[in-house]
Amino acid sequence: MTNEWPLWEVFIRGQHGMSHRHVGSLHAPDAEMAIKNARDVYTRRNEGQSIWVVEANHIAASSPSDKGPLYEPSESKVYRHPTFFDIPDEVGAL
Amino acid sequence: MSTPITRDEAFLQFLLRMGDNTLILGHRVSEWCGHSPVLEEDIALANTALDLIGQTQFWLGLAGEVQGNGQSADDLAFLRDVWDFRNILLVEVPNGDFGRTLMRQFLFDAWHAIQLGRLMTSSDTRVAAIAEKTSKEVAYHLERSADTVVGLGDGTEESHRRMQEALDYLWPYVGEMFQSDAVDAEMVAAGIAPDPASLRGEYDALIERILADATLTIPDSRFGHKGGRTGKMHTEHLGHLLTQMQWLQRAYPGSNW
Repeated sequence: MTNEWPLWEVFIRGQHGMSHRHVGSLHAPDAEMAIKNARDVYTRRNEGQSIWVVEANHIAASSPSDKGPLYEPSESKVYRHPTFFDIPDEVGAL
Repeated sequence: MSTPITRDEAFLQFLLRMGDNTLILGHRVSEWCGHSPVLEEDIALANTALDLIGQTQFWLGLAGEVQGNGQSADDLAFLRDVWDFRNILLVEVPNGDFGRTLMRQFLFDAWHAIQLGRLMTSSDTRVAAIAEKTSKEVAYHLERSADTVVGLGDGTEESHRRMQEALDYLWPYVGEMFQSDAVDAEMVAAGIAPDPASLRGEYDALIERILADATLTIPDSRFGHKGGRTGKMHTEHLGHLLTQMQWLQRAYPGSNW
């Protein structure tokens, strides 16, 4: 349908969250209403401190068919994980 | 009223007016649950309805306390009949289409937000505390309904026409919010609540600005239906609403879960 509102992807930063996480999507006529709708749909159980919305067609995404070339090469490279170092306690959570 | 009203009687009437407004509007808005044009609006309206029902618990809860005969907020909501309700007529008229529902919400929210702002400085600390808590919810209701009125009013040809029709239909119900009587005079004297008439200037400024943005024309007429907040005469619609809202308590008296 051509008269349907655009789709928006919703990102919420939770009560103790450090970063915004994708929580879902919704329809809205503009960015302001998308934030209001996100408030009503996704924060009604006190989930959020901050809302981001992005119109879905502005998100560039990798293609599922590129899975092999994109991700498989890193499967065999365990040395890239920083697990071979001793982390001093003073560093705290990373 | 021929006999002078006592302060307690006036306070009770004031609390019923506040609580019945939120109760009846909350019920009306809840009628959209599962029927809204889009899912997002459905949830948003259900949230608003739930806020209003929650606010009703505060106002009618306090009304029960002031009345002092052991009636709870639930008793007042579900065991009174039409003639005991003190809500304004605006909140009991049927929803109509989505545009009319949102126009009614806006016309009420604008008054509600201003009223609660004044009540935050009430001499009664319980009233001030309820106003403080509920005013945050109502600020959001107003933001949302105002945005929607502008969006639909300044929208397509059809949405504009429907919003103008909604405004024309609802306008005669606006005046009742600003009528003062002996109850109000007593509340003003006690410092509990403002004179309703004193809210009109701020209200007009607010709605004139929003309705101008919405490209809608406020009707010329100052004629106003009245009788709801005094309990003198409700519309025929309130009785029908109560048969739905109170059905369970009427069919199974005293049942609870």
